[in-house]
Amino acid sequence: MHIIWMSLFVSGISVFLASALGIPLGTWLGLLPAHRVRWAAQIIYTLMGLPPVLAGLLIYLLLSSSGPFGVLKLLYTPWAMVVAQTVLAFPIVTGLTMIAVRSKDKEIRDTAVSLGASAWQSALTIVREARLAIVGAVVTGLGRLMAEVGAVMMVGGNIEGKTRVMTSAIVLETRRGNFEMAIGLGIVLLVLAFIINSCLYRLQGVPRN
Amino acid sequence: MNEAILELDSLVKRFGSRDVLQVERLVFQKGRIHGIIGPSGSGKSTLLRILNLIEKPSAGRVFFHGQDISLNNGRLAVQRRMAMVFQKPVMFNTTVFENVAYGLKVRGLRGPALRDRVRAELKTLGLEQLENQAARTLSGGEAQRVALARVLVTDPEVLFLDEPTSNLDPHNAALIEAMVRSVSRERGFSVVLVTHNIFQARRLTDWLSFLYEGKLIEEGPTPEILANPRDERTAAFVRGDTVY
Repeated sequence: MHIIWMSLFVSGISVFLASALGIPLGTWLGLLPAHRVRWAAQIIYTLMGLPPVLAGLLIYLLLSSSGPFGVLKLLYTPWAMVVAQTVLAFPIVTGLTMIAVRSKDKEIRDTAVSLGASAWQSALTIVREARLAIVGAVVTGLGRLMAEVGAVMMVGGNIEGKTRVMTSAIVLETRRGNFEMAIGLGIVLLVLAFIINSCLYRLQGVPRN
Repeated sequence: MNEAILELDSLVKRFGSRDVLQVERLVFQKGRIHGIIGPSGSGKSTLLRILNLIEKPSAGRVFFHGQDISLNNGRLAVQRRMAMVFQKPVMFNTTVFENVAYGLKVRGLRGPALRDRVRAELKTLGLEQLENQAARTLSGGEAQRVALARVLVTDPEVLFLDEPTSNLDPHNAALIEAMVRSVSRERGFSVVLVTHNIFQARRLTDWLSFLYEGKLIEEGPTPEILANPRDERTAAFVRGDTVY
């Protein structure tokens, strides 16, 4: 049970933080003219493909006792895993939100403005109209986190009862030759992902008719 | 007797290095249905977007009741006295009621007053049965009627119509035209209609301005412009010789 709880805790907090930072940033970038944010967009797109082991290595170096944040003593704690996973999910949520907002921007903004909306009201309307794709961005970020193993093992250490999560447990059980246990954990992970994504799907507000 | 509601003075709109609109002077009188005609690419829609403050002119000035609205101060207040129906209406991803309520909500109206005004407008346009329907499931004709209800409920002084019937079948086009005609007479607001349909211009408008390659070629009372155009380009357009 602990590893299920730890997986949900780490991925949940990480996707929450990534969304809290990435949705406003992505919205802001999406509302600006494309030519003005070209460089920012290219950097975000590059970071969307950031290899988890590289993210893990960088966070490891920053949090290790000789690193700049070593005094925080976060390495091999769940919070180190949260930092690593937030770094991985943040560009995904930001980039996909930016694309979602940009795809709706012109036609929705024109309509909203012509109906008397202020700049702030029309921006909110664009976000509301892009909510389906924005929730999709969060789902994609969460999917990456729940399947992620490289970064969490590097900065969490896969310590039993402390930082072991489902994916790192699957790796461990496979190495031990406990394939039934590894497959069982994999199925539990998939069921959890299905339940969480079903909840998020309802947030998208897809009309029934 | 005539009162100018909107005036353009030395207006230029530039995209890149290309001037898409150059209008020396154009006046829109209060209570009139003023048609802007011209072939595709003549700058009609750009002109409408500038008048509705969606786009800024590259140079020149726009006056609303004599006040220069090309400056930034008070734009929102002026914008809220106008409204526009686009060629392809964009429905917000919610119900018909919420779409029609949008303009009132952004003006801060809530509660029974909001509900009553929205329902009254839906009834005027024969849309009361669709109140709770998802707006994105509407047919083209229904969507354009909702778009019209959405702007009329805000009680604008000026209504801009950008080719509002060009995507509709003849039945729905006639419905929209009849609604525009009746509500503009009943409520007395001014209408600026962009169209490249001469027959629609003849049926609906009191006054016509002909644009060609971004320039105002001529203007006058609709019967006069259609019967006796002074410029050969206007005559060619009215005869249907202009390729568009």
